[in-house]
Amino acid sequence: MPTTLPSPPEDGPTGPTGRSAVRTLLRLWPYVRPVRARLCAAASVAILASCVGLVIPLVLKWLVDGPVADRDGDGVARGALYLLLLGVAEALLFGLRRWLVARPLSRVEAQLRADLYAHVQRLPVAFHDRWASGQLLSRGTTDLMLLRQFLAFSLTFLLVNGVTILVGMVVMLLQDWTLGLVMLAPAVPLVAFSAVFEKRYARAARLAQDQVGDLTTVVEESVLGIRVIKGFGRHRSQARAFRELSWRLRDTELRKARLLASIWAVIMTLPEVAIGATLVVGAVQVADGSLSAGTLVAFLSTALALRWPVESIGFLLAMSQEAATATERYFEVMDAQPEDLSVRPAGGPPVPAAADGLRFENVRFRYPDAPPGSPPLLDGIDLHIRPGESLALVGATGSGKTTLTALVPRLHEVTGGRITLDGRDITTLPREELRAMVAVAFEEPTLFSASVADNVLMGGDGDTDTAELHRALAVAQADFVHTLPEGTATQVGEQGLSLSGGQRQRLALARAVVGRPRFLVLDDPLSALDVHTEAAVEAALRQVLAGTTALIVAHRPSTVLLADRVALLSHGRIAAVGTHHELLRTHPEYAHLMSGRSPAGEEEDDR
Amino acid sequence: MTAPTTSAPATGDPDGVPPARESGQDTGDPFDRDVLPTPPGATAALLRSLLAPMKARVAGTTVLLLLQQAAVQAGPLLVAYAIDTAVPAFRRHDHGPLAAVAAGYLLCALAAGGLQGAFIVASARVDQDVLLDLRGRIFRHAQALSVDFHERYTSGRLISRSTTDVESLRELLDEGLQELISVVLSFVSISAMLLWLDAGLGAVAVASFVPLYLLVRLYRRRAGRVYRERSTAIAAVIVKFVETVNGIRPVRAFRREAANDAEFRVLNRRHERVNGDALLEMARYVVGSRLVANTAVAGIVLWGAWRVTDGSLELGVLAAAVLYLRRLYDPIDRLGMFLNSYQSAAASLEKIAGLLAQTPSVPEPAAPRQLPPARSHLPGREVVFDGVRFGYRTGGEVLPRFDLTLPAGQTVAVVGSTGAGKSTLAKLLARFYDPTEGRVLLDGVDLRDLPMPELRRGVVMVTQEAFLFSGTVAENIALGRPEASREEIERAAKAIGAHDFITTLPDGYDTDVRKRGGRISAGQRQLVGFARALLADPAVLILDEATSSLDIPGEQAVQRAMATVLRGRTAVVIAHRLSTVEIADRVLVMEHGRIVEDGTPAELIAGTGPFAGLHRAWRDSLA
Repeated sequence: MPTTLPSPPEDGPTGPTGRSAVRTLLRLWPYVRPVRARLCAAASVAILASCVGLVIPLVLKWLVDGPVADRDGDGVARGALYLLLLGVAEALLFGLRRWLVARPLSRVEAQLRADLYAHVQRLPVAFHDRWASGQLLSRGTTDLMLLRQFLAFSLTFLLVNGVTILVGMVVMLLQDWTLGLVMLAPAVPLVAFSAVFEKRYARAARLAQDQVGDLTTVVEESVLGIRVIKGFGRHRSQARAFRELSWRLRDTELRKARLLASIWAVIMTLPEVAIGATLVVGAVQVADGSLSAGTLVAFLSTALALRWPVESIGFLLAMSQEAATATERYFEVMDAQPEDLSVRPAGGPPVPAAADGLRFENVRFRYPDAPPGSPPLLDGIDLHIRPGESLALVGATGSGKTTLTALVPRLHEVTGGRITLDGRDITTLPREELRAMVAVAFEEPTLFSASVADNVLMGGDGDTDTAELHRALAVAQADFVHTLPEGTATQVGEQGLSLSGGQRQRLALARAVVGRPRFLVLDDPLSALDVHTEAAVEAALRQVLAGTTALIVAHRPSTVLLADRVALLSHGRIAAVGTHHELLRTHPEYAHLMSGRSPAGEEEDDR
Repeated sequence: MTAPTTSAPATGDPDGVPPARESGQDTGDPFDRDVLPTPPGATAALLRSLLAPMKARVAGTTVLLLLQQAAVQAGPLLVAYAIDTAVPAFRRHDHGPLAAVAAGYLLCALAAGGLQGAFIVASARVDQDVLLDLRGRIFRHAQALSVDFHERYTSGRLISRSTTDVESLRELLDEGLQELISVVLSFVSISAMLLWLDAGLGAVAVASFVPLYLLVRLYRRRAGRVYRERSTAIAAVIVKFVETVNGIRPVRAFRREAANDAEFRVLNRRHERVNGDALLEMARYVVGSRLVANTAVAGIVLWGAWRVTDGSLELGVLAAAVLYLRRLYDPIDRLGMFLNSYQSAAASLEKIAGLLAQTPSVPEPAAPRQLPPARSHLPGREVVFDGVRFGYRTGGEVLPRFDLTLPAGQTVAVVGSTGAGKSTLAKLLARFYDPTEGRVLLDGVDLRDLPMPELRRGVVMVTQEAFLFSGTVAENIALGRPEASREEIERAAKAIGAHDFITTLPDGYDTDVRKRGGRISAGQRQLVGFARALLADPAVLILDEATSSLDIPGEQAVQRAMATVLRGRTAVVIAHRLSTVEIADRVLVMEHGRIVEDGTPAELIAGTGPFAGLHRAWRDSLA
C-alpha cells in the first residue's frame, strides 16, 4: 500500500533548509522568553554546582595533607564539617537546577503544543487535504518532547561545558603556553569536522522525524480503516507497508548512529592524542629541566578534567541538531497561513439585509492544488435560492456538488464570482457570523467525543435549550437516543458508544436543524436511513424547510421531492433548474440520474 | 529529605484539573480510563522477550564497552609511567620508554575513540532491532484484534502506544545500557578496591548502599505512578488531536475552535502537570542520593581520620580511600538518569503489555482447515447458520437463536429497520464476530476453523465507509488482491463504472488519494470499494450498505456488475434502497434480531407482510 508516502507534503520545504541550526532554534525565543530567567538561573546553578564539585576534591586533599597528617583532631572535625556542608550544598544545587526548570519547561512544551493545536484547527481545509494527520501529530508529540529535552539539558550543558572548556583552556595556557597550544591544536580539525557532521546529522535527523510521521500515519489509517482491512483480510499489505516504513526508519536511525559514532570517535581520539603529545613534549621538557614535574601533573589533570566536557560536545551537538530539525518541522506548520479571517468591507452603500435568500453569482472554483491547465471544477455557477425556498442539487458522482456546498460556509474560498446571503457577500461577513447563519450536515456524519446533547447543540448558537434539543432530535427521528444508556447524556464519538451510520446521520441532521438556522446546507442527508425512517424524516423536514432557505444535495427522487425546486449540476455549471417532474420530462441527463434510464432516451424496462 | 524542593507543588496539586470529559471516570471502564489490565509480570516478560534474542549481541556490546573503558583508564597509568620511569630514562638518553609512552598513548587514544564508535553502532543496532520488533508486535497484534476492540480503544491511543510509548523505551535503550554497565562496573570495582584497602572503611561504604537502595525503591514507586499517569495523559492529548484533525470540516462549520481550544487546554495542562511531576520526582531523587553520598563521604573521612589519629589506619590508605570514595558515588546521577528512563519505559511497556495481552475475540484456528473444492461449476459457496445466537459480552441479546441456509450462488437481500440486526448477521458471516452459540459454516466448514487468508478468499465484506488508504487509486483497488496487474485493476474499475472518474483524476490510476481520499467524493469512494471487491473475486460477497452514497446510475452499474462479473457468487446484500432487491433471488426481513419474512421478492411483494409495506413505501418514494 502506501510505499511512498509523501513526506513532507509538497508545500512544506523539504529537508533542512539552508538556515543554520542556531537561527532555526532562535525561532523558539518567544516561547522561551517567559522562562528565560529560570533558564539562566538554572545554568548559573549548574556552573556553581560544578565549581562546588571541583572544590570538594581540593578540600579532601587539604584534609589529608593538613590536619590528618598533623594528627590535628579539631582540624579533622572541621574538615569533615566543611566536606559535609559542601556536599549538602552540591546536592541542593543539583536539585535546584532541576527544580528551577521542571515546571517552566513543561509549560513551554505545553504552550508549543497548545499553539500548534490552535493553529492546526484554524488552517484552511485545503491544508488538511494535503497533510497526513500523522505528520501533524508527530510534530505535536515526539518533536516537542525533543525540544523540551533540548531546553532542559543540551542547551544548559552546551553552555556549562563550553564555559568549562574555555576556562580550562585559559588555565592550561596560563600554566604553560607551549603545552597549551599543543592541547589547542585539535580544535581546528574538530570544528571543521563538527560542521560537516552537523549538516549530515541534520539531514538524517530530519529524515527520521519525517519517517516517524509516516509511520504514525500508517498506524492511524490501519485503525481507521480496520473494517476494510478485516473485510478483505489484507492485514498483510498494510503490515507490509508498516514493516517497510519501520525498516526504513531503522536504517535512518542506524545512519544517525554511524554519524554519531564517527563524531564520538573523532572527538575522543583527537584530544586524547593531543594529551599524549603534551605528555611526551612535557616529559621531554621535564627531562631537560625546563618544566617541573608538578606543573606537568597539574596541567595534565586539568586536561583530563576537561575530557568529559569535550566529549559531551558531540552528542550535545547531535541533540541540538535534532532539536533544530524538530523546530523546523514545527514551524513548517506554524508558518502555514491560517484561514484568512479578515472581512472584506462591503463595497458601496451598505446593503440592507433584506430577505434575498442564497445567491451564487458566476461562481468559479478550482482546488489550489489542481494540475495547472485543468478546467475549473465549478465554472460559472449562477443560482438563486429564494428566501424560505429549498432547492435540491443533483449531479453525477464527482460533479462538484459537495464542493459547492463547502463554499457557502467558506470551508473553501471561491476562485471567482461571489456568493451572497440575503444580499450580503459572504466575504463581507465575519466567519463566526456566517457559520452561525449557515448550518451544515455533511456527507460523512462525524460525531465528536462528547454527549449526544453536546453533539447536537453545537449546531446552535449557544443558548439553545432542552426543548429545542428535543425538537431537533424529533425532526431527525433520532428517538433512539432515549433508549441509549444515559439518554442524551450518553457519550458518543470515537471515545464513546459507537453508533450505526444511520444513527450518526440522524444526529448530524439534528445538529444542522437545531436552533432553526436561516440557511441550511444538507449534503445527501438521508443516504443511510431505511425507507420508513427516511419517510418520517422527510415529513418532519418539510416542516423545518418551510421557513428555511435550504440547499440539499440529493441522489434520490425522495430527497429531491423535499425541495421546492431542483437544479442540475453538470460540467461545472447549472444545466437546468425546475421542478422534479419538469426536469424528468425535459432533461435527459436528469432523467438518467434520477431513474437510471439511459440519457439517449431509449426506454429501459421501467419495471 | 529536607531539600527545599519538597515545597514544590509536585503532588496533589490543589489546582486539580477537572476530570477530562472523555476519561469517563464515573464508569470505571478500563477502556475509558486507558488502563487495560496488564497481567502480573507481563511487563517484565515483554522486556525479557524483546531482549532475549539480543543476548549475544548485548554481550558483545558490553565487551566493546569494557574494552573502551580499559583504553580510557589506561591514560592516567601512562602519565604515571611517563613521569616515574620515562623521564628519568630520557635523562639517561634512553628514549625507548618515552617512545613507548607516545606509542601507547596514541594506541589508547585510537582504541578509545574507535571502540566508542563501534560501541555506539553496535548498541544502536540492538536498540533499533528491539524497537523494530516491538513496533511490529504492536502493529500486528492491533491488526489481529477485532473490530469491536478498535471501536473502544480509539486510534489515538493506539498511535500513542506505537509512537510516544515506544519512544520512551528507545530512550531507555539509547542511554540505559551504557549507563547501567558503567554504573555497575564502577560500583563493583571501586567497592572491591575499598574493601581491599580497608575492610572497615569498605564496609561502611557498602553499608551506605542501603539508604541508597531504599531511596531508589521509593523513587521507583513514586516515579512509576507519575509516569503511568503521564503515558495516559499524552494518549488523551493525542486522541483529542487526532479527532480534531480528522473532523476538521465539522469543526470549522460548527465553530468548534474555541471550545476545542478549551478542552485541549485541560488535557494539555494535565500532561504538563504530570510531566512536571516526573521531572520534580527526578530532582528529588538527585538531591536525596547526593545527600546520602556526600554525607557518607564526610562520615567515612571523619571516621578514617579519627582512626589515623589513633594509629589504627595508615595515612596513605586513608588518602587513597578518600580519592576512591568520590569516584564511588560519581555514577549516582547516571544511575538516576537510568532509573528515570527505566521508569518512563516501564510505564509505557506496561501500557503496551496491556494492549498485547488483549486476546483477539476472533482468534486464528489452532487446527486450520481448508475449504473443500467447489462443489459445482458455480464459484459461490453455501452458507449455513447453524443454531446461531449472538449477544454482546456485556449481555443484551442481538440475535436470538436461528438457523439459516443460503445455497451457493444465491443473492439474498436483507432488509429491516436500523438496529434490526442486519449488520450483525453480516459481521457474523464475515467473522468480524464469532457467534455466542452455534456455528457459521461455509461449504460445511466452521468459519472458526478457517485460517484468515483462506477465509478472505471465501468471504469479502464491503461496508458503507469505503476507507481509502494513503497511496494511489490503483493501490487502493489492489487491496482486494495485492498481486493483481494494472490491467486487472482497470478491468475491475471499468466493470463497476469507476474507470471514467479515475481517468479524469490528475494522474489517473496513479493519483495519490492523500489523506483519506480528501478530494474523492463519498460516492466515488464507494465505487473504489466495489472495485476492490470485484478484484478480490470472493465466493461469498457481503455488501453492508455499500451503495448508500451512490447515485442511481452508480447503483445500477453495481447491480449490473453483480449480475455479470459476480454472477454465481453467493451474495448477501444489506440496503435501505429496495432497488437492490430487484436483483435478489431471496429476501430476508429482519425485526428485532429475528428473521420475520423469508421468500422471493415476488412472493413477499404480493403478500401482506412487512416487506410488502416497505416495498410500497419505497415505490412511492421513487416518484
